[in-house]
Amino acid sequence: MRVIVIGAGEVGSSVAASLCDEHEVVVVDVDSDRVDALTYDLDVLAIEGDGAAIETLRDAGLESAELLIAVTDDDETNIVSCGTAKTIDDVTTIARVRNTKFLDTWQHAEGALGVDVMVGTNLLTARKIASIIGLPAARDVDSFADGTIQMAEFELAADSPVAGQTVAEADRFADLTFAAVLCPDEDGDCEEIVIPRGDTVLEAGHEVIVIGTDEAVTAFSHDVAPDDDYHDVLLVGGSSVGHQTARLLEERGIRARLIERDPERAQTLAESLPKTTVLQADATDRDFLEREHIDDVDVVVTTLESDEQNLLAGLLAKRLGADRAIAVVEDRSYVSLFETVGIDVAVQPREVAAEEITRFTREEHTENVAILESDRAEVIEIEIDDDSVFAGRPIREAAGDLPDGVVVGAITRDGEFVRPRGDTVVEVGDHVVVFVEADVLTDTLAQI
Amino acid sequence: MTGYVRVDWRASLSLTGRVLLYLAVPLFVPVVAALRYGEGWTPFLVTIAVTTVVGYGLSQLDDDHDLGAREGFLMVAATWLAVALVGTIPYIVAGWGTGSTLADPVNALFESMSGFTTTGATVMGDIGVENHSHALLLWRQLTQWLGGMGIVVLAVAILPELSVGGAQLMDAEAPGPGIEKLTPRIAETARVLWIAYFAFTVAEMVLLYGLHLAGFAPEMTLFNAISHGLTTLPTGGFSPEAYSIEVFSAAVQWAIIPFMVVAGTNFALFWGVLRGDPLSLLRDEEFRFYTGAMATLTAVLTVVLFVGPSLPGTGLAGVEESLRHGLFQVVSIVTTTGYASFDFNGWTATAQYLLLFGMFLGGSAGSTGGAIKMVRWLVIAKSIKRELFTTVHPEAVKPVRLGGRALDENSIRGIHAFTLLYIALFFISVVVLMLDAGRIGMQLEVLDGMSAVAATIGNVGPGFGVVGPMESYKLFPDTSKLLMVFLMWIGRLEIFPVLVLLTRAYWRS
Repeated sequence: MRVIVIGAGEVGSSVAASLCDEHEVVVVDVDSDRVDALTYDLDVLAIEGDGAAIETLRDAGLESAELLIAVTDDDETNIVSCGTAKTIDDVTTIARVRNTKFLDTWQHAEGALGVDVMVGTNLLTARKIASIIGLPAARDVDSFADGTIQMAEFELAADSPVAGQTVAEADRFADLTFAAVLCPDEDGDCEEIVIPRGDTVLEAGHEVIVIGTDEAVTAFSHDVAPDDDYHDVLLVGGSSVGHQTARLLEERGIRARLIERDPERAQTLAESLPKTTVLQADATDRDFLEREHIDDVDVVVTTLESDEQNLLAGLLAKRLGADRAIAVVEDRSYVSLFETVGIDVAVQPREVAAEEITRFTREEHTENVAILESDRAEVIEIEIDDDSVFAGRPIREAAGDLPDGVVVGAITRDGEFVRPRGDTVVEVGDHVVVFVEADVLTDTLAQI
Repeated sequence: MTGYVRVDWRASLSLTGRVLLYLAVPLFVPVVAALRYGEGWTPFLVTIAVTTVVGYGLSQLDDDHDLGAREGFLMVAATWLAVALVGTIPYIVAGWGTGSTLADPVNALFESMSGFTTTGATVMGDIGVENHSHALLLWRQLTQWLGGMGIVVLAVAILPELSVGGAQLMDAEAPGPGIEKLTPRIAETARVLWIAYFAFTVAEMVLLYGLHLAGFAPEMTLFNAISHGLTTLPTGGFSPEAYSIEVFSAAVQWAIIPFMVVAGTNFALFWGVLRGDPLSLLRDEEFRFYTGAMATLTAVLTVVLFVGPSLPGTGLAGVEESLRHGLFQVVSIVTTTGYASFDFNGWTATAQYLLLFGMFLGGSAGSTGGAIKMVRWLVIAKSIKRELFTTVHPEAVKPVRLGGRALDENSIRGIHAFTLLYIALFFISVVVLMLDAGRIGMQLEVLDGMSAVAATIGNVGPGFGVVGPMESYKLFPDTSKLLMVFLMWIGRLEIFPVLVLLTRAYWRS
């Protein structure tokens, strides 16, 4: 099918890259340098022009396109592009927006503004941060099947009670599946993905990916790091992501502190966040941080304007005694650097957006996607139809037909969790959450 | 001569004239009463004639009713003064040659201002239908009913030309730091408030007379039921009985309490209840604070009354008596009604100081109550809490929230300024009053003097000692009475709309 991507920034490029193997992709951008670069980098048609202009859309072949993805840095442009496209042809439109006010409008009337799917980057990022805060030891968290099932990635510290145990010893939870163990190399990058068996030994430094019910994942998180519990949360930077994170934490009963430098912005934040203490100060002011007893803080989240500021503020906070630091990172090439120098979790809004967009460009029965370790593997949620290899068969039998590197993590039937054992028979209509390594992804998707 | 005056005073006074013209209508009520009881109705006819002529004359000053904020203040302040002045005529004419204290113009003005501002402080001697005509006593009650929800609010409700400037006028008159528009049109809002007010008044009259018919209240005649209905909802406190509510049975005293509580509640809240959301009342932060404050004070007062030598009853009857009088008096004083179910002059000093404290609390914003108002105390308490917090966290940005909404810093400043000014005026007036009383050799205890000022500026009514609930303010010298007239006037309009008229900036810049 023909897909038009408006905006050749990081999200646009990565969406185009993941789609160009199977689809005919046209990328539109106003910047001629980016257009030139893309023409040579990817097997796509890159056009220079304004994605909100009807002429440009016609040039991009909108009449024959099935999907339009608007992912420029400007919310209004994205929305107007979708609306414009709808006036010409009934394509499916996806828009990325940062501002949650558009998302509110769209959620209140789906399909409003000519947008079929609205991906709210800031809100998704904030959700990601909030769920990582909810699971202290986790590096990555995603929820599936309307929140019934969670996927979490834990890094095993040397002092973790789980380190040194076998999977069989660590897996005390019936509702939890060990999907994968990631063994890192010296730089901290993922070197090898191991599909665990009962006798696989979990070593310090390994990362474990588990899938299961909310309660089981939370309980395992306490096994991994028994002492960690986040009560004292410090948010640095009152950006939209910081604001949304504070709001989500308030909903969960966590009274965070939020530092914002701009007095007017601080006032606005304080007015809309009744349970958060807003502090108007500079987060690089050591005296201030010490006065606020930063050494007692469980986790610092930095959501300032630039990656560099986030790095600096996070490192300073950790040096002054904060236990953990979560930083928002826009540039994907910084992620491993950040995690090497001491930031515990780097959250990428672009990856979050790409995950969400990819979910919608997949086959229709793909309900949810989590991308792991920069595209090395994915966790996907699928609704089983008649053609699936799983339909009406026990898991063990179906798994035999699938390539190696696929693990069934969890199943839900009519919204209820079903324990995935070898002899569990999967029915049509069930939601199955599976861990899939990237190199067998296309093959697997075709079968399930 | 007036070339530099920047206030269109003609427009203000012309509107005041229109209001005076309409004052003739309620004046027919005592005329009807006079006909019913076979009493003289000349005092009221004279008043109707005067108010019509003066009102018409003033209204001819200007035919353009376009009011700005400044003209609004002048109009509201002038209207209240003018209405009080016209209201003296029935007292003077009726009292002429009878030896009534009210024949004296200063006394008449005190009584009239006390009526319209719903204070309930009286200088009338020998209260009762034996010494005064039913018609005059009814007029005295009626002034409080008219003043309760606000004469200007009533004018906004019925005069179409006030549709634009109306919000400003209501803001200057209505108790509390700002008005709430319930409906898009201000006249509609004013009408809603008056209808709720009217409905509660009628309900109380029916209930009180019903108690009489059922045999629970032998003293509560039709005249008394109407009279007390007219002064409960405006938190007035006048009673045609010399011994206020003490003469009535316990059943009547219990029945009046909830109506006083209603009178001290923000009437806008009943709008929500009326539209099918009764819980909106309980969600309101000020209402919870208002009822909570009264419950706390009642608990303390009940204990004080029970252990002290204040009440005659003992045992179980003593408990009921302590609770009834404790609750009645706290509600009456805090809502600034000023009824008395018992002569609290004989109570212990602890009980009296407790009530003096209650005089500063006041009803809710948007109610008919006076004094400082619950919402202001609530905001002050919250901003003090914030101050304590920012001492620990100097960088914290912490808006003061009321009902979930962040308050504008300017309105918080306004509330602090108002309260400070109120308390400063209180102390200055106490000093002046004590000096003035000493000048003519009048015996005035400090507590009694303080209670007299607190009761007039807060529109409460009775105080302690010489100004106790069964006594009268008539012993004060004329100068003191005029001071208290002024206090009632500015107290009802919440000080600023009157005080601003005394500044040079108001008139010139």
